[in-house]
This record gives sequence, C-alpha cells and structure tokens, in this order.
Amino acid sequence: MIELREAGYSFGGEPLLGGLALTLAPGSFHFLTGPSGAGKTTLLRLCYADLLPTVGEIELFGQSTATMSRDDISGARQRIGVVHQDCQFLDHLSVTDNIALPLAVSGRDVDAHRENLRELLAWVGLGPRADALPPELSGGERQRAALARAVIMDPDLILADEPTGNVDWEMSMRLLTLLAELNRMGKTILVATHDLGLIRAAKAQVSARVLRIAGGQLQLAGADL
Amino acid sequence: MTPPARIAALVMGDPQADRVVPPTGWPARLTVFTAGAMAFLAVFALALSLAAGRVADIWADALARTATIRVSAPTDELALQTRAVLEVLGQTPGVASARALTAEEQRDLLEPWFGDGLPLDDLPIPQLVEVTATDEGYDAEGLRQRLTAEAPGAVLDDHGRWRRPLVAAASRLRLMGWAALLLILGATAAMIALAAGSALAANEQVIRTLRLVGAKDGYIAQAFIRRFTLRALGGAVIGMALGMAAVALMPGAGAGEGFLTGIRFRGFEWFLPLAIPALAALVGYLATRAAARDTLRGMR
Repeated sequence: MIELREAGYSFGGEPLLGGLALTLAPGSFHFLTGPSGAGKTTLLRLCYADLLPTVGEIELFGQSTATMSRDDISGARQRIGVVHQDCQFLDHLSVTDNIALPLAVSGRDVDAHRENLRELLAWVGLGPRADALPPELSGGERQRAALARAVIMDPDLILADEPTGNVDWEMSMRLLTLLAELNRMGKTILVATHDLGLIRAAKAQVSARVLRIAGGQLQLAGADL
Repeated sequence: MTPPARIAALVMGDPQADRVVPPTGWPARLTVFTAGAMAFLAVFALALSLAAGRVADIWADALARTATIRVSAPTDELALQTRAVLEVLGQTPGVASARALTAEEQRDLLEPWFGDGLPLDDLPIPQLVEVTATDEGYDAEGLRQRLTAEAPGAVLDDHGRWRRPLVAAASRLRLMGWAALLLILGATAAMIALAAGSALAANEQVIRTLRLVGAKDGYIAQAFIRRFTLRALGGAVIGMALGMAAVALMPGAGAGEGFLTGIRFRGFEWFLPLAIPALAALVGYLATRAAARDTLRGMR
C-alpha cells in the first residue's frame, strides 16, 4: 500500500529524515511516535505525497510519488483518509458539509449519501452538531469530525496526525476505539502521536506495530512501550 | 469535454463546487465593477468606430462621385463657355449627370459668407457646374485637358484637396475605435486576472484543504473560473445597458453626415453591443483560467 525505500527529506539543505524504510501492509495498524519536532508530521506528509522525498523513493498504491502528476496525487488522496493535526476544515461550511467534502470534490452526489452521512455523524457522536460551523466545535468534536471526513470515502488507508492532541483522556479513548473499529473493518492505519499512554491503552484493542523516530531515523520501538 | 459541453457545464455550474469556495469579497466586486466600466467604455468605442466608419464611407463616396467645375469668363462669354462645358461633360465617359447651378442656388451657397441681399447680378460671379460621376468614375486629367481646349475659363475641382485628408482621418478614427476596443478587452483581462489571482492567494488554506481531501486542481480552478466568469458577464451586461442608454440619449443627426451628432447606432448596429457581455465573459473565463493555473502550479 505504502512503501518507503531508503527515503529521506531535507529542508533548506538540512536533513530532517533519512534512511526511512517502511512497508504499510493492507490491514495493518502502526503507531508512529517520537518527541515533538522529531519529524512525525513530515513522515506522514511524505506518505500522502504532500511532500516529496529528497532522497530515496516512496511508493503509493504501486506508483512512485516522484512520478505522480498533481491529478494522480489527488486520485491517491481519495483513497487515503487524513486526520490532520489542526483538522483543516472550511469554516464557512457546516460540519456535515465538511465531512461530505471528499464526496463533493470527487464528483459524487452528496444528496445520495445523506443517510450515510447521518450514520457517520452518529457513529462519531456528532449527530446533534450536524449543522454547526467548525469554529463552534470543541477540540474533541473537531477531531471526531476530522475522523468522520477521513472515512467518508471508505478509504484503504487512514493517516492520523496527533488525533488526540487537543482532547482529554476520555475523548482520546473514544477516538482510539473508533480507529480500532476501522482497523477491524480492514483499514490500514498509521497514527502519529507523542502520547505513549494512548499507545499502551491501544494494546488491549489492536495488534499494532510501534515505530519511533529518533535522530531522523525510523526504528521499531522496544518492549518498554 | 467538447467546447459546447464545457460552456454548458460552466453555465449550469455545480452547486456543490460553488459552495466549497467561500465568498471572495472585494475581488469579486472589483470584477463586477471593472467589467461594467469596461463594457460601458466599449459601447462608446464601438459607437465611435461605427460612426467614424459611416462618415469615412459617406465622404469617400462623395469624393469619388461628385465634382464642381467653375467657369470664370467675361459676362458675355460665360453662357457660351458654360454650354461648351456641359457639352464636353455630356460626351465624357463616366459622367452620370451634369448641370449648371441656378442663380438662386449660387446665392444660397454664398449667403453664409456675404449675408443676404447679395447683388449677385452686379458681381462677376463664376458659373458653377455640378458633376456627378458613375460608379466607374471618369478620367479627371483627361477631362481637365478637354476643358482647357474647349472652355479655357473652366476649372475642374474634384474636391479631393479637402475631402481626402478628412476621409483618411475618419478611417484612422475608425481604426482607433477598434484598437480602443482591443485595449479595453486587454485591460479587462488584466484586471480580472489580478482579482482572480488575489482571490486564489487569499484562499490558499481553502485550496490546501481541498487538495487534502482529494480535489483535483481542475475542480478547484473551475469553482473560481465559474465565479469570475459570471461576475464579468453580470458586470458587462449592466455596463452595456448603461452604455447603450447613454448612446441612445445622444442627439441624432438625421440623414446628415455629421460626426459628433451621428454617433448613435443605426439599424442592425443596435445589436452589435450585445456581443460585449459575451466577450467580457470569454475574457473573464480565459483570464481566470490562466490565473488559476498559474497560482495552483505555484502552490505545491
């Protein structure tokens, strides 16, 4: 699904990440951890081709991101659900319309998916907030809305960047449960988080590999987690 | 997508796509105002160009078809030489008609300069002969030589001396009118491209979000293109209507050939300004498309 082959990324001549080798197999669940500024977000952005590797190669759905056109990247993104760190909503659209955005931009009839949208809003517990605007939502509600938007297209892969960064423990567990449920439905999941408590709590729900970024390198985390 | 299908898609629009881009504020209002003002000016440039064309045609036609022969001779020879001139003209190929002006007609011609009560009979006024040519025209130099031989006091004036520069000026004015139209279109394109580019830059975060969820650049561009094309069309319709109303209120010249008094459209010309909104929409479409492609290419 995604394969990183000795990939690396430099910014302004300074190498941030190097020697990245990783394969995300279908149906797998990975945590990516490391201290703030270690490069977790950068690695995720490399995975959905928001950044291109400066060395090595990243293959996305069988195609090298270096040779993908903008439209190829857009097509690949329709198969990837991204839960961005700051959620990235369109503030002039309601929660429902924001969740339906991937349907709209891919040319699908949003009205034909109204029932799905209602079910999805109920699943993430946002039924009563369907018509609210994003600025009116709490941090946890925004994260759940972002997760709903990430899964509306029934993607093969879900990339989540600090999905519990702005929420309390109870909400973190709720989001983790939703992600575990998606994984049981066959979705491949990669979650970047610095919250080791979340990773430990996840062990009871999913079988996940834990990767750590340190010194710009990707390592398999030890049993101490 | 074929061009007609593209136009249909642009006009019909995609309500979903229209909603994803937030209202664009002042760039959209600037586009409406610019298109309106430019359409208003374009109507005047068109009217000016058409009026100049009409004047040039009328003057050119008159230049080619009319001439005057002035017969200056002692009073006792004037009638004889006038007859000789008319005979020569009657035999000249390319002359459709010729007639000597009556004393009343000559008095009317001189009255603006000398006032009424002119004692025409007491003054040695030359006899004027009006000549009208056929479409093929006559050989002016050959006619001059024959007149010199048959009526030495006759001088052919084919009006070219003063008509020709006026015709040239009117023709230039017509060209300048069309050039002004092109410049107006170019300025409109530049203003709309700037407004669209500004709107795209202001919505960089929206564009990033749309790309994040899988929007293709064509989809994003289309949302902006449709918005600015319709704004250009709407503004141009208003500007055209105001321009046509202003032209309609200009004083008319009747059947005369005055320039400033003949600037109103005539007949089918009233339909020509209707093309201005369509042109403005086309310019808006092309300018926004170019701006969108350029801006989106610059946003990685």
